[in-house]
Amino acid sequence: MMRRGRGADGASRLTPSRMRARDTLRVAFSGLRTRPLRAVLSALGIAVGIAAMVAVVGISASSQEQVNQQLRELGTGLLTVSPGTSFRGGEAKLPENSVDMVARIDDVDAVSAVGVLGDANVYRNEAIDPGQTNALAVHAADTGLLDTVSGTVADGRWLDDALAEYPAVVLGSDAAELLGISHTDGSINVWLGDQWFTVVGILDPVPLAPELDMSAMVGWPVAAELLGFDGSPTTVYELSGENKVDDVRGLLPATVNPSNPEEVAVSRPSDALAAQAAVDETLTTLLLALGGVALLIGGIGVANTMVIAVLERRSEVGLRRALGATRPHIRRQFLGESVLLAGFGGIGGAALGGVVTAVFATSRDWQFALPLWVLAGAAGATVVVGALAGVYPAARAACMPPTAALAIA
Amino acid sequence: MTPVVRLRGVSRVYPGHPPVRALDGVSLDIEYAEMIGIVGPSGSGKSTMLNVLGTLDRADSGEVHIDGYDVAGLSDRQLSALRARRIGFVFQQFFLSPGVSALDNVADGLLYTGLSPRKRRTRAWQTLEQVGLADRTHHRPHELSGGQRQRVAVARALVGRPSLLLADEPTGALDSTSGAAVIKLLHELHATGTTIVVITHDHDVARELPRQVHILDGGISSDEKTEGPALRGGAR
Repeated sequence: MMRRGRGADGASRLTPSRMRARDTLRVAFSGLRTRPLRAVLSALGIAVGIAAMVAVVGISASSQEQVNQQLRELGTGLLTVSPGTSFRGGEAKLPENSVDMVARIDDVDAVSAVGVLGDANVYRNEAIDPGQTNALAVHAADTGLLDTVSGTVADGRWLDDALAEYPAVVLGSDAAELLGISHTDGSINVWLGDQWFTVVGILDPVPLAPELDMSAMVGWPVAAELLGFDGSPTTVYELSGENKVDDVRGLLPATVNPSNPEEVAVSRPSDALAAQAAVDETLTTLLLALGGVALLIGGIGVANTMVIAVLERRSEVGLRRALGATRPHIRRQFLGESVLLAGFGGIGGAALGGVVTAVFATSRDWQFALPLWVLAGAAGATVVVGALAGVYPAARAACMPPTAALAIA
Repeated sequence: MTPVVRLRGVSRVYPGHPPVRALDGVSLDIEYAEMIGIVGPSGSGKSTMLNVLGTLDRADSGEVHIDGYDVAGLSDRQLSALRARRIGFVFQQFFLSPGVSALDNVADGLLYTGLSPRKRRTRAWQTLEQVGLADRTHHRPHELSGGQRQRVAVARALVGRPSLLLADEPTGALDSTSGAAVIKLLHELHATGTTIVVITHDHDVARELPRQVHILDGGISSDEKTEGPALRGGAR
């Protein structure tokens, strides 16, 4: 008696075709090896997309880490007090004794101030056109300023009580650069407020008080004596413990100007740094989206490669069907090939993105930061892109009738 | 005894204007351990016959039984299983994977059986030895002659110990010497009890086979058994 297939004994004794997962991977990999250059070029498309995304996130993370590190080093206990707007809409002024008033508050560790000398400008020499101010400001600064704002001297020295009496000036980092001054040796003078001032120091950038970077700072007494300074500070810098900042912040307006506390504006520079990082994050999102577009294009490239591969390898599909492969086996083979192709691109892209991040971070003196989730995300993205790119070609290969595939050969 | 192949009134019609009747009511029995040539000119229907015998294609009407299984009642998945375990194919173009050793090409014949890679390679090595290529196991296809490549392809078809070995123009891509060697190998395999069906247009090749079924216009025009040296190798 004949054995019948469906529902009869015969079919039940037919052991189904089976293909091990490891074999699926091996076959998929060997498919890529047959056209190595094409595989590399296709993977390159994915690599570019992934590299762009990893680098964007990596650079952003490194930048964020840099800000965090700065905030850790500088602390977040600095508050600045500046004149707000008066009741009538005019510009308010801080009282001359603002620094002394603030110093009386408990929990204040340090306080100092600067006053803008609006009529004074600084030039490299007296021959410079007065209109060429380079947007540099001239400040009267008290001697405690540097400690309060956690500033450091790049070259020369900071103002002390003695220097503050004389026409000596300390330049912010950007101001020094714009004036073409890179060092101090006591012989370099600048033309400031129609007088010669000797440059005694150049500061490093001051992250918590970036306005000082574009400033030429002179002593409080000499500003009053030679430059017509009225003694009214324009910014008071106050430093307190980080856990006391909120308490002190509440007390500052009424302390500085008891009669018109609403005319006093208080801000926290560390918030500005954090806000700048948040702005960077928006840019990062935009760049990430661009990286996503690159990845999408890479995925289309992989899909294109796989479609061509299926067309070229019809005889292989026919042979495999003749050897006993089921449609799902064929589908898995080509899907696996597509995922592997994208996966290799992803690995290359992640490595490239990591290198770009490292080089960029190093060039900026940042700490290299590449969160693990970025790498996990890159791996996930490549698998998804590879799988999506492979769905159609794999389905097409699986649906190919074996006779048609062999007939082509 | 049940034949390994039993066709009853098998027809296969390809749609078109007008439709092409590639097989037209073919009935044929092929016994186990038999060696048979299916001979015919181009367009006679012998390739369709190969496809039907190899379960690569289904008949439109009639009964097809392969190794006792009624093909019409098998799903696509079951047909794959039948091919994986009961049917071996040898093609004119060899279809060997480039860049892969002869051993692994032969082992691929067991790829869909679920056997472990070690077992597959052991059986592949034994089969390569059987076809006289034990010293070529690590050679890749481009390092082998045409005849050797076809012998690797024969080994791949044999490695699963199929009930039925289908050889489609096995000498078609070979010179006469290599072709003769392949036919000799098939005779040797037949002598060990393998059922072999050779599809060919070459009457010289067919004359070497113990039984020749001639196909013309989709039907069997003659079915002859040859007495002589060839039959001696094939008889059990």
